[in-house]
Amino acid sequence: MHDKHARPLPSLSPAGALPRAGGALRGLPRLGMWLALLAGTAGLHAQSAPPTAQRQQELVRMVRQDCGSCHGLRLTGGLGPALTREALADKPLDSMVATIYHGRPGTPMAPWKAMLSEADALWIARQLFAGFPESEKGRP
Amino acid sequence: MKRRHCLSLLGASSLLLGGCASLAGSPGAPAALPLRGTGDLGVVVARATGTLAIVNTSERAVLAQVTGLGDLSHASVVFSRDGRHAYVFGRDGAITKVDLLTQRIEARVMQAGNSIGGAISADGTMVVAQNYTPGGIKVFDAATLALLADIPAEYEPGKLSRVVGLVDLPGRRFAYSLFDANAIWITDLSNPARPVTTRLPDIGKQPYDALVTPNGRHYIAGLFGEDGLAMVDLWEDKPSVRRILAGYGRGQEPLPVYKMPHLRGWAVAGRRAYLPAIGRHEVLVVDTDTWQEVGRIPVAGQPVFVMARPDGRQVWVNFAVPDYHRVQVIDTTTQQIVRTLEPGKAVLHMEFTPRGESVWISSRDDHRVSVIDTQTFATQATLAIDSPSGIFFTSRAARLGF
Repeated sequence: MHDKHARPLPSLSPAGALPRAGGALRGLPRLGMWLALLAGTAGLHAQSAPPTAQRQQELVRMVRQDCGSCHGLRLTGGLGPALTREALADKPLDSMVATIYHGRPGTPMAPWKAMLSEADALWIARQLFAGFPESEKGRP
Repeated sequence: MKRRHCLSLLGASSLLLGGCASLAGSPGAPAALPLRGTGDLGVVVARATGTLAIVNTSERAVLAQVTGLGDLSHASVVFSRDGRHAYVFGRDGAITKVDLLTQRIEARVMQAGNSIGGAISADGTMVVAQNYTPGGIKVFDAATLALLADIPAEYEPGKLSRVVGLVDLPGRRFAYSLFDANAIWITDLSNPARPVTTRLPDIGKQPYDALVTPNGRHYIAGLFGEDGLAMVDLWEDKPSVRRILAGYGRGQEPLPVYKMPHLRGWAVAGRRAYLPAIGRHEVLVVDTDTWQEVGRIPVAGQPVFVMARPDGRQVWVNFAVPDYHRVQVIDTTTQQIVRTLEPGKAVLHMEFTPRGESVWISSRDDHRVSVIDTQTFATQATLAIDSPSGIFFTSRAARLGF
């Protein structure tokens, strides 16, 4: 029961300690991508076009509502950790982007790459570090 | 403006919601409320606005909106045994006691930094909150919301676990699971001043939610960290944990889980229980006598709620993003999906009327609750409610584990 705590980096997780057989299968390929992305985010920053204004609105709603399932509508945390500006103050931006895009093996944090581009993930991470905007009051 | 007039406009325009909310929430506003019972009442959480809509399932209408409930993301509700009061557990750690008849907040307490839900004792005297921060449960007098007991989920010195899967059990006991400690605890509150807690360690990795079967005998915790569920037979003299449905993923790569399934509100139909798989687009079917898997039903996405109609003939399933525009219906006599509905965008919750002739479904992004006939699948009514999430009817008051 002592091997399930979220570690600072998945690279510190021995494969045997990953949470289940499927989890190991899920975690290992992602680990490689996670590290590759971590190493390559400098390039990502340079080449990504930021999301359009409309996409940004969609992303704000998605983060508030769907990420809010675990992190809270106000991003003050739940099963997932708090994502307020204060809570993220000492976290590196790159690992945040990687976590959003590739998930975090061994924790409930899923990879969102099926629904987000890397540029989307970067934009979301930057907004989180700056204090995430409120949803538009108007209806979609 | 007359109250009645205001309510009749609710369905027509969302712009009036704010006005009606302040009317219903202001002191003295509901001056001449009709005499009524509570058996056909319920509440719908409008989570983005911190509002609770009081609804009537016979009229299929919103009766009032109660404002000022704080952060209602992941809010859940239990009812007093007379069905008059709703206890709303908010994310921000608040418990709000709402009187469905006077349509007002009767008591409110901030009891934690981050909360996930609660339960009420069978005798109706105690409400219990399960908290993430600080991890543990807290027990309150159901009449006054005065604190009766505080039980930190301290599994190692100085370490508190987030608590999930709290259920009420017969005999003033409550069972709950410790996400961070891989444990199930059972606390006897016969004397709230001296709680007695039985701790079951090593139940499996990362329990994320749990249920108790309708007879109060079996407590089942879903595990996020491994394929399988942990089950306790509470009728044993010394309850122990056994694994059920071990390895249901069969080593295959799991699909992303964009939202945790909810187990509360058992789906037990006949002698079968229907459970959401984690990381697989399947509903698992287990025999409740042998606890062996007897089938699995492919569904349209990661199941979130798997709920039996009260008579057990159907099981309704909704899904995590991005498949949450669908709802599927399983016929429990054939184990086949007999209907796929698309009631709206971002379906978050479903609630059956007491005898199950209708189901109410919340569509968050369409700001709509749909009332659907469970025989014909026809939409019987729609109600305009801002970003609706959880729907809770007073019939829960009479059901163990709801």
